[in-house]
Amino acid sequence: MTTQADNELWSAIGDPSRRQVLDLLVSHGEVSASWLAERVPFSRQAVSKHLVVLERAGLISRRKQGREVLYQVEAGRLDQATRTMAELAAQWDRRLATIKRLAETAHAENERRPS
Amino acid sequence: MPGLTIEREILIEAPVKVVWRTITEPDQISQWFADKVELVVEPGAHGYMEFGDQGGPVVVETVDPPSRFSFRWNHPRGEQPVPGNSMLVEFTLTPEDDERTRLRVTESGHELRAWPDAEKQRYADEHRDGWGEFLDRLATVLAKR
Repeated sequence: MTTQADNELWSAIGDPSRRQVLDLLVSHGEVSASWLAERVPFSRQAVSKHLVVLERAGLISRRKQGREVLYQVEAGRLDQATRTMAELAAQWDRRLATIKRLAETAHAENERRPS
Repeated sequence: MPGLTIEREILIEAPVKVVWRTITEPDQISQWFADKVELVVEPGAHGYMEFGDQGGPVVVETVDPPSRFSFRWNHPRGEQPVPGNSMLVEFTLTPEDDERTRLRVTESGHELRAWPDAEKQRYADEHRDGWGEFLDRLATVLAKR
């Protein structure tokens, strides 16, 4: 079962355009919204909207420098996202391992039983 | 399927028919998935799964023996599960030979659950690189810092 915080995280990171913004922030450190807007194929307004969503999900933070607002990734939260996804995958690995054990046991029993 | 899809697979030393029964029979499902399972394996059938003291509805989507089985879960009680309010779990069974079966599972829909409809549609229309690749890349970049 997922929580509201998880939902916000998935929703923030699941969008391809937002991933592009996040990607630029990860590889370039602290940058402004105008800097980002010059490097993505969508409008400055769209960039601002994406930044709001990313910030709400805790994936980025902002800082004022003079008249500029600079954005940067929150490595801890990103790391948490990676780990959560890995946990979900590990959960399925465990389920698959159980299915394997159940099916192989059932098969071995069928083989033993004379038909 | 673009986006946040979890994809895992395993090779099982049993014929495809045996694996099929393991993933579709309720008394078997209760051994690898939920603690308690009430389910009829028919497309569109509504069932119920219990995990400890938590329970939730599950709705069967595809039943194509012995190769495909899928269901939706994690949707709010009382709502019809659709893309956007639920997670889709899909099993694909492929016989390697008479004695071995490759079982693949994907779970998708994590990212869509909190989105407004217009965004979901736009997302569905786009087919960019997947989530796993993206996170791998992020992890690599972050590790270098």
